[in-house]
Amino acid sequence: MVDSAQHSPEFIPGTTVFDGAMAMKGYALNAMCYSFNKAENRKAFRDDESAYCARYALTPEQRTAVASRNVLQMIAAGGNIYYLAKLAGIFGLNVQDVGAQQTGMSVDAFKNMLLAHGAEV
Amino acid sequence: MAQILGGYFTSHVPAIGGAIVRGEQTTPYWKPFFNGLVPVREWLTEQQPDVAVVFYNDHGLNFFLDKMPTFAVGSAPGYLNADEGWGLPVYKPFAGHPALSWHIIETLVAEEFDVTTCQEMLVDHAMSIPFELSWPDAEAWPVRVVPIAINTVQHPLPSARRCLALGQAVFKALSAWGGDERILVIGTGGLSHQLDGARAGFINKTYDHFCMDSLAPHPDALTQNSVREIVEQAGTQGVEILNWIAARGALGPSTREIHRNYHIPISNTAAATMVLQTSSAPA
Repeated sequence: MVDSAQHSPEFIPGTTVFDGAMAMKGYALNAMCYSFNKAENRKAFRDDESAYCARYALTPEQRTAVASRNVLQMIAAGGNIYYLAKLAGIFGLNVQDVGAQQTGMSVDAFKNMLLAHGAEV
Repeated sequence: MAQILGGYFTSHVPAIGGAIVRGEQTTPYWKPFFNGLVPVREWLTEQQPDVAVVFYNDHGLNFFLDKMPTFAVGSAPGYLNADEGWGLPVYKPFAGHPALSWHIIETLVAEEFDVTTCQEMLVDHAMSIPFELSWPDAEAWPVRVVPIAINTVQHPLPSARRCLALGQAVFKALSAWGGDERILVIGTGGLSHQLDGARAGFINKTYDHFCMDSLAPHPDALTQNSVREIVEQAGTQGVEILNWIAARGALGPSTREIHRNYHIPISNTAAATMVLQTSSAPA
């Protein structure tokens, strides 16, 4: 396990390195998200979100983050974006919606920021 | 004797799959990316590969955090795609090449790469989208595949130097293979992008150009950065460049770039497509 400040998950600004500590912290949330590869599990979540989260024993922090649809909180609670993307899909959010939410931009502003990168080539 | 024809490298952004389903290849947003595939298709038509060794990363279809191999080599007679949870179509199956897979596995372990071997393995969009791009009209893929999955999800990830060495060991295996296959190497993912965190939307053209410029002539230059430095330079998912680096290693020491396309943005990603040809390929 790494614990020096240099190896802190916060070492790169605005970035969480998904290491062993985060993988342990987020295991329940990521396991629930992984289950959403199956359509029947996505339906079960939609039908009764609280019961489905309870089945995966989400931590209170994870449950709150999911209930509030707050992606930064999900990441802080150990969520990994590859798995969270499956949950975001249930909410009808694509990665640009998720990017906008995390950066505090409107979706249009976030898309325009990316287009501006291209215009500079 | 088997021939290693060259390498095809491309981004595997899921949104590309959506654009294909909707037939948006020629819209202003998508055309600059899809146009970059035309030379790839022409080159593949010339070269007629019948086997592809594919370096990619799984995004939570086959592998979860319960068991996360650093390097996993498929040895199955076939590989299926499946529902990934967020609405992509389920893509065509792939035929495997178990004999070549096991030959590669034997070589890798002899070279002290202690890989995970998979006789059953689902493969995700990181395999399927590059195939959809290169053979858009195929009813079945014209090549058999050996998939090699690299962990780019849960740190610690393998170093760039280790990934290049893995590819070089695959080159050694392919060079010693007694069949008459025409082998294509594929590396998928990248280039710079970050989906998560307050830095979401991060793109780094300077680093991307360094990667593309170094890939054919100086792959060692790509191994000078630690994984943490690559994350900083390329973004949390830009670290998928590790797949490219491994694929480059599998081409052997000498290869030349014959095609490059770089376009920003595709979804949140700086998208790139390249073809490297080896000297053993027909000109």
